[in-house]
Amino acid sequence: MSSVLFFIAAAGVISGAVGVVVLRDPFFCVLALVAHLISLAVLFLLLRSEFVAAVQVVVYAGAVMVLYVFVVAYVGGDSGSLGERLRGPGPVGSGLRLGGAILGGALLVELLIALLGTGLEAINGHGAGYSGGAHAFGTPAYIGKLLLTRFLLAFEMASFLLLIAAVGAVVLARRRGGLGDEDEGDRLTPLDLLRPQGTGTMAEGVGRRP
Amino acid sequence: MSIAWYLAVSAIVFCVGAVGVMTRRNPLVVLLCLELMLNGANLALIAFSRMWGNGDGQILALVVMTVAACEVCIGLGMIVAIYRRHLPIDVDELRELQG
Repeated sequence: MSSVLFFIAAAGVISGAVGVVVLRDPFFCVLALVAHLISLAVLFLLLRSEFVAAVQVVVYAGAVMVLYVFVVAYVGGDSGSLGERLRGPGPVGSGLRLGGAILGGALLVELLIALLGTGLEAINGHGAGYSGGAHAFGTPAYIGKLLLTRFLLAFEMASFLLLIAAVGAVVLARRRGGLGDEDEGDRLTPLDLLRPQGTGTMAEGVGRRP
Repeated sequence: MSIAWYLAVSAIVFCVGAVGVMTRRNPLVVLLCLELMLNGANLALIAFSRMWGNGDGQILALVVMTVAACEVCIGLGMIVAIYRRHLPIDVDELRELQG
């Protein structure tokens, strides 16, 4: 049963990955990556890491991919088909691009040789023993205990990194010219006479009104 | 299935991602291919974690996911900024820092 599930999930993982690389429309690339991530979560479950699988589905396939979908819908853009890309008339020669593909294939061959010729005996086993229970390997309780004891520093640094990234994204992507059209702010409304200065509206926040 | 099968899948995913990073020109798709490479590494980490029955690999995989989320955040912010300045969305055209 578990080998059948493994082969189905592995086929999903690899076809999703190939789909990301060969599909033409960036939107379909994102959808292929979502399929890839969900199949990968099945592989994580087979490796008895339930918490990581749940995080993978909720955070990656849920939140991060929604971010991608929004940016693809906003930016759009279409790149040529695979053959067109490989020999396309870009500033960088097509030979370099083909060389990249060959390099990737060589990397795969090298990794598989390393895998087959490894001296690790345990690699052919089914992993360490596993006993069920509420605090077993891979459960949220197990991960939480590790995160808050041995890996507390890594945990805190990851949270700090997320904060820095969020601030950086806001700084990078903010509008620099204020909100809306120029003449929109010049219109006088009855509200301007009733309202005292500096009431903290969003228009004031971006410097549209004094 | 033995651990070696999972490692083979992880190697394939990593290399497919590497080929994508080297051949695609749309920076959005390059970011997606970077995610593929990180996912390949994550699968290897979790397979080794299962192999030794030790949770450290899973913690490292979670940290890798955090770093990937940060990278996506900054990368997409940069793409939106590039789009706002009406520059081409193409990694071959954006050569100003190349000197």
